Amino acid sequence: MSISLASWAMGLDVGSVAAKGVLLRDGEWVARAMIATGWDPAEAGRRLRAELTDSVGMDLELPRVVATGYGRNAVEANGRVTEISCHALGARRLFGDGVRTILDIGGQDSKVIALDRSGNVANFLMNDKCAAGTGRFLQNMAVMLGCSLSDFSSLSEDLEPHGISSMCTVFAESEVVGLLARGVDKNALALGLLDAVASRAEGMMRRLGLQPEVVFTGGVSQSRNLRALLEKRLNLPVRVSEDSQYAGALGAALLATRKTTRRRRRDEDAPK
Amino acid sequence: MHDVEKIFEKMSAALPEGPVRIKEAVEAGRKVVGCYCAFTPYEVIRAAGAIPVSLCSTSEKPIAAGEEHLPRNLCPLIKASYGFGLTDTCPYFHFCDLVIGETTCDGKKKMYELLDRLRPTYVMQLPQIVSEEAVESWRHEIKLLARHLEETLGTAITEEALRREIRWRNEERKVMNELYELSRLCPPPLSGRELHLVNEFFKVGFGEEAYLNKVRELTRCLRENYEAGQRRVSDEKRRIIVTGCPTGKSVEKVFHAIEENGGVIVAFENCGGVKPSYELVDEALPPYEALAHKYLGIPCSCMSPNGKRLKLLEDLVAEYEADGVVDLILQACHTYAVESFLVHETARASGIPCITVETDYYQGDVEQLSTRMGAFVEMMGI
Repeated sequence: MSISLASWAMGLDVGSVAAKGVLLRDGEWVARAMIATGWDPAEAGRRLRAELTDSVGMDLELPRVVATGYGRNAVEANGRVTEISCHALGARRLFGDGVRTILDIGGQDSKVIALDRSGNVANFLMNDKCAAGTGRFLQNMAVMLGCSLSDFSSLSEDLEPHGISSMCTVFAESEVVGLLARGVDKNALALGLLDAVASRAEGMMRRLGLQPEVVFTGGVSQSRNLRALLEKRLNLPVRVSEDSQYAGALGAALLATRKTTRRRRRDEDAPK
Repeated sequence: MHDVEKIFEKMSAALPEGPVRIKEAVEAGRKVVGCYCAFTPYEVIRAAGAIPVSLCSTSEKPIAAGEEHLPRNLCPLIKASYGFGLTDTCPYFHFCDLVIGETTCDGKKKMYELLDRLRPTYVMQLPQIVSEEAVESWRHEIKLLARHLEETLGTAITEEALRREIRWRNEERKVMNELYELSRLCPPPLSGRELHLVNEFFKVGFGEEAYLNKVRELTRCLRENYEAGQRRVSDEKRRIIVTGCPTGKSVEKVFHAIEENGGVIVAFENCGGVKPSYELVDEALPPYEALAHKYLGIPCSCMSPNGKRLKLLEDLVAEYEADGVVDLILQACHTYAVESFLVHETARASGIPCITVETDYYQGDVEQLSTRMGAFVEMMGI
């Protein structure tokens, strides 16, 4: 089988918790893979590449690869681009050209990206250097409540969220312990934790000047309850996709389809 | 081609010699005056026959010690300045006879009260508005400083000496400005990290001509090499202006993050850059009046209103053909943090993006900075 290298492009998004990969052929999505990043991002990158090539039966050296995510510099790749730019590109591919606000909540950070009408990143915000309001926060809280992260998707929406005042992972733990001891309903507490994350995300989005359409990506976007709480706060529909977690990898793969990365400086672009 | 890498190496190697030279100066009977801030009129100290030195304030190491006496929620620069004194780990502080501070912000003003217990600290009352009355008041403060130096150091400050030192300090500013202006070239002949190194080197020159000559030599060599076709920086790099709080060792992490992710810093609108040097002291005016005008004209965020800083930034963006502005804020520096809003407005009016980076001296956010700076540079086109 002869394969033209140029038609294949791979994007690897090596996050703090999960590493995601997307393989495109002629710009079309042909394979995806997700594994736990573990302690060695370089190894995670190698395994992802192998899984993706195996899944399409390719026995050749890889096409152009663009890496993103916190592990992007550890992974073998032709190009490295931050997850901000990759999520912007990936989200537009997933949700269409109307996307103006992207909320991405991953394992160790959360970010909001504002796009202009042409899909360029106009502005962005990232959480500061702690786990407040991220997947890690929810993971720890799930352990405290003796449930799993997937349970945070199937809570009854009739419950009134029980307010949580602390967003610090460590302080929230002791707050949750105290509330459980006082007999607060566990499910109301879980909803309260999600609402705390929603409130934080709302603040970030409003600071960037919230524009519809709003899309929600990253691992945490899979929580149905969190999405509902966000919609209630924003009074806007929040779109998610089953493939939300692949947005970064997809964006990286789309960048890998481009022959060259950086444009020349504007001097050369500008008409004289 | 001149070997400019060698000049940078030599400058880098000269940095650790600073403390030794000050120790030798003290042993030779010279007086040393410790300074922290760009508002300190070096000319007056030099006219008094003393050596003004820039005291340590930009490392995370002494912060824990500083926090034993100071609140945690204070800017790292203040905590480090005090911590260095408390732990006696700044050689310049160790050798200085007295310290001069200014009432630039609440945190510093109150910290100096405590610092005075460790080393005699003379605090100048800085007006925070530019007006005729304020200039007159600041002129008076500079005269009081002169009198204080005469009394404590047992010297007399003559007008002749003051005029001589004004001319020399102006010469220093001119030499640094000439170097800074090289980065107007596209691409610039040196990186922001290299500019920062030269600033540090200049500081340990303590006003000696040999050090200034080294900077002159560097500027000449960089220019001649450039004219001969040497390009040390890729023309694909996005041109960034850094503005905001004082720079220094511990915030070099921000410069690394910018320059390792597709950017190059072409100008620093900070205390360690263009801000204190772009205007000279008027040599035609009576010396104290001239000094008052010059120093009160430094557009620090402690001034209110401070439209002059925004004008400077706007001019720099045009002159250096900047692609983006990075607004560097040290945690708990309220005045620069509030001015952020206006800095963003100014950048927007110039049609370029701006990002505010709030950080402290700890290195825990290096990875995050890399992503944020990388994404910021990518906003200008991937």
